[in-house]
Amino acid sequence: MNLPPFQRLVDDHWRDVARLARGLAGPVDGDDVAQQAWTQAYAAYPGLTSTRNLRGWLLTITHRCAMDLHRSRGRRAVPTDDETVLAGTARVDGPESGLVDEDLWGRVSRLPERQREAVVLKYVGDLDHPAIAELLGTTPTMSRRLVSDGLKNLRESA
Amino acid sequence: MNDNTTLEQRLTGWEAGDLRPPTFPSADVSYVVDDTAVGRILFARNDSGALVATRYVTDDQAVDAVLDRLAHSVSPRVLRMPAALDDARHQFDDFLAGRRHDFDLETDLALATPFQRSVLETLARTVGYGERETYGGLAKAIDRPTASRAVGAALGANPLCIVVPCHRVVGSHGALTGYAGGVAAKEYLLDLETAS
Repeated sequence: MNLPPFQRLVDDHWRDVARLARGLAGPVDGDDVAQQAWTQAYAAYPGLTSTRNLRGWLLTITHRCAMDLHRSRGRRAVPTDDETVLAGTARVDGPESGLVDEDLWGRVSRLPERQREAVVLKYVGDLDHPAIAELLGTTPTMSRRLVSDGLKNLRESA
Repeated sequence: MNDNTTLEQRLTGWEAGDLRPPTFPSADVSYVVDDTAVGRILFARNDSGALVATRYVTDDQAVDAVLDRLAHSVSPRVLRMPAALDDARHQFDDFLAGRRHDFDLETDLALATPFQRSVLETLARTVGYGERETYGGLAKAIDRPTASRAVGAALGANPLCIVVPCHRVVGSHGALTGYAGGVAAKEYLLDLETAS
């Protein structure tokens, strides 16, 4: 496998990883999540078997690190498409300070958990629905629905 | 729908504040690009500290080409780590100012082919500071008296420019023929060594 020098991945994608980490875990934890994601990516890199979609690979690791942190904090992140859970009020500390557009990101952070994840992966991560569905353990159709419900909630909470 | 577009644009355009690039404690291959008295050089060392590259890089494409070779031949875990190259850079500064006549650095010709390695190792062993050798003379020294052209190509591929002194090899009539860093750099190095 002819892998590109790791520095090229860092240069090309570190901003995307940092933004996604902050979007998923908030500004304080987000920086730790991003750093942890890079440490894991560096360790796993020589064993990588495909160079297709390195960005997607990095964002997947970032998402996993954010979820690990989330779980280690004792909050339940059970993947489910159950309507009652989706309509529920599971929340994490979202972006609060030092951010542009704080009002919007305050509202994003108060979205139901699965909607928040889907919205952040879609717009901050710039991932497509099949990719989001894989990360959330659901279907592209459900991913689309989570995003549109999230947008609806955001508009209504404005 | 308009509302949604605006909302989507705000989400997509979110600037997440002051972002910090990641840091790493070490790398399998550490490198830095530095401007020296003879031109821009990419310095790289491996995880045991041995110097694996001091290559002239005139532009970004040349930098990328060296990094690709390092990723392929040494390890893909290549990171820009300037501090790891401080010692090598200081020794270069001293050498290029005439304050030092040789290098106290571990080296590894990982980027060289076996033939290039035999040429470069013979050169490093036999041609000292201030001395000159010809392509034909070096070909004889490796028992390949008719291979002076191949010797020239091997010198051109020298991954450890200046440390392995390919600048000391000149044409049969003393002409300063081609050099990775340009003929002016070769002239600078030879004048420096003659003067010291």
